[in-house]
Amino acid sequence: MIPTEEAMYRALEERHGKELQKRFASASVAVCGLGGLGSHIAFALARVGIGRLILIDFDKVEITNLNRQQYKADQIGLDKTEALKRNLKEIAPYVQTETFCEKLTEKNIPELLKEADIVCEAFDDPESKALLTDTVLSLMKEKYLVAASGMAGLESGNIICTRKITDHFYLCGDGVSEVTDGMGLVSARVMLCAAHQAHMVLRILAGRYDA
Amino acid sequence: MVKINGEEQAVAGQTVAEYLEKAGYCRTRVAVERNGEIIPKAEYDHTVLNEGDAVEVVSFVGGG
Repeated sequence: MIPTEEAMYRALEERHGKELQKRFASASVAVCGLGGLGSHIAFALARVGIGRLILIDFDKVEITNLNRQQYKADQIGLDKTEALKRNLKEIAPYVQTETFCEKLTEKNIPELLKEADIVCEAFDDPESKALLTDTVLSLMKEKYLVAASGMAGLESGNIICTRKITDHFYLCGDGVSEVTDGMGLVSARVMLCAAHQAHMVLRILAGRYDA
Repeated sequence: MVKINGEEQAVAGQTVAEYLEKAGYCRTRVAVERNGEIIPKAEYDHTVLNEGDAVEVVSFVGGG
């Protein structure tokens, strides 16, 4: 049987304290891209009781995603937004989600991200990463952006880190490990980078702004 | 001198666009921070690097 909303909230308060849980519960966080980074970021944020998640991706679940993303074999073919929403609700039934199955562009970014306090950049394509970073930090200066670059392959997990670039811009990853023909994204290392991103979101909400 | 990604470089007077091209960066895959502020991509062509600026070019690589 699924616990009541009150019971789940109390359990989170016991773990994190009343004050911090209130901050988590009243936060809106956008996750842009729901692949290896974004699906794990969303799981981590839903588990701690972030009040509202804005989930954005235009892709469907594919068999090649299952090596590292939070989807199930029977979800192949579903929109990632829909599949992830269902998976999140299984662990955090009362999380509020808003989903957009579309590609982010310079034009729609301000509208789709307007309710977010913090934006996670979790795209695959470097040009999309740069476009989102540029648009959010230039046009939406009150928001925090937590982006990622460099987490592919089997290099050490210890070189994945979080850096603070400006007061509102954090960058996670090793900065260099890109996807190549011979080596793609490997589950645990992508999770490390996603964990850095999700953790930085929580630190910002807690008022701890250093990386 | 302009400090770029931690290194002093004699590029004062160049625009951001000129510097990025000469240094081999692809402007559609970077974000540029100067003295704590992001320089919007639309301003790369007419933003001039000044003596004493501290700049960070953040390069995005594929994967996520």
